[in-house]
Amino acid sequence: MWVSETDRELLAEIEGGLPLVRDPYAEIGRRIGLSEADVIDRLRALVDRGVIKRFGLVVRHRELGYLANAMVVWDVPDDLVQTIGQRAGTYPFVTLCYRRPRRLPRWPYNLFCMIHGRDRITVREQIARLNAETGLDDYDHAVLFSRRRFKQCGAQYGIRTAPEAA
Amino acid sequence: MDRATTETKLINGYQHEFPLVPRPFQRIGESLGMDEDEVLALLRDLQDRGALARIGAVVSPRTIGTSTLAAMTVPPDRLEDVAALVSAFPEVNHNYEREHDINLWFVVAAPSENDVATVLHNIERRTGLEVIGLPMLDSYHIDLGFRLPCG
Repeated sequence: MWVSETDRELLAEIEGGLPLVRDPYAEIGRRIGLSEADVIDRLRALVDRGVIKRFGLVVRHRELGYLANAMVVWDVPDDLVQTIGQRAGTYPFVTLCYRRPRRLPRWPYNLFCMIHGRDRITVREQIARLNAETGLDDYDHAVLFSRRRFKQCGAQYGIRTAPEAA
Repeated sequence: MDRATTETKLINGYQHEFPLVPRPFQRIGESLGMDEDEVLALLRDLQDRGALARIGAVVSPRTIGTSTLAAMTVPPDRLEDVAALVSAFPEVNHNYEREHDINLWFVVAAPSENDVATVLHNIERRTGLEVIGLPMLDSYHIDLGFRLPCG
């Protein structure tokens, strides 16, 4: 998808979040030399084109009381992974469902789901349901609960500022 | 409406389709029976408590820049130091300890594949540990919106 330089600059400007002021789009516009109407129109067009997948509040699960966070992974045959992955993605507690490469011999899994829940018991029940109802039971899987969170912030692609050479 | 209910409505109602109008908080207030400044105060409070990360755009994968999931096996006595080193890269946005032999999991996002590879390489060089890159190949579902049950 093509994204213009101005739109990239706009996306970079809101990467850290909309300012919590009465007229946030005007404020963003002031910072990058666009009118309020232009900011709004551009954002709407980016949403309509699907460049912006969603626009709104980005919350942190733990602080909302969702203490259990599991990455569940399966080793699904390549010819079945799409069908099963799409099915798994329809469950409301699955927030993300991706296919990724295996890295043999260390990492044999190719299907990844993120599941958030109030506690581990709930999450385990959800995983059991997913396994039983989607046919995932047939495949080797692992549940990786998160223990410590060292960092969580929005994806920062460094559109405007080049990534620092480390 | 009590405060908890208002918060739940705000969180459930505005993770998607946040109003693209000149006074978005006024618009939200109309739907919740609050005025603009009360909505702003509630959002600031959620932000102070850490529950609200930001109001912003979740950009479709690989339309702007690229990213990968990455993982490492870190000896337990080095985990804090290595995690801090990884988190210090501005390209790293999530970084978690997970319960597995491969115990450190993070996401690297950068303008190009090459930039992502450079970050992974630098982490390997500076830690002396292997980094496994696990880029997304297909997305079956991505919706980081999150629904709180009511009541």
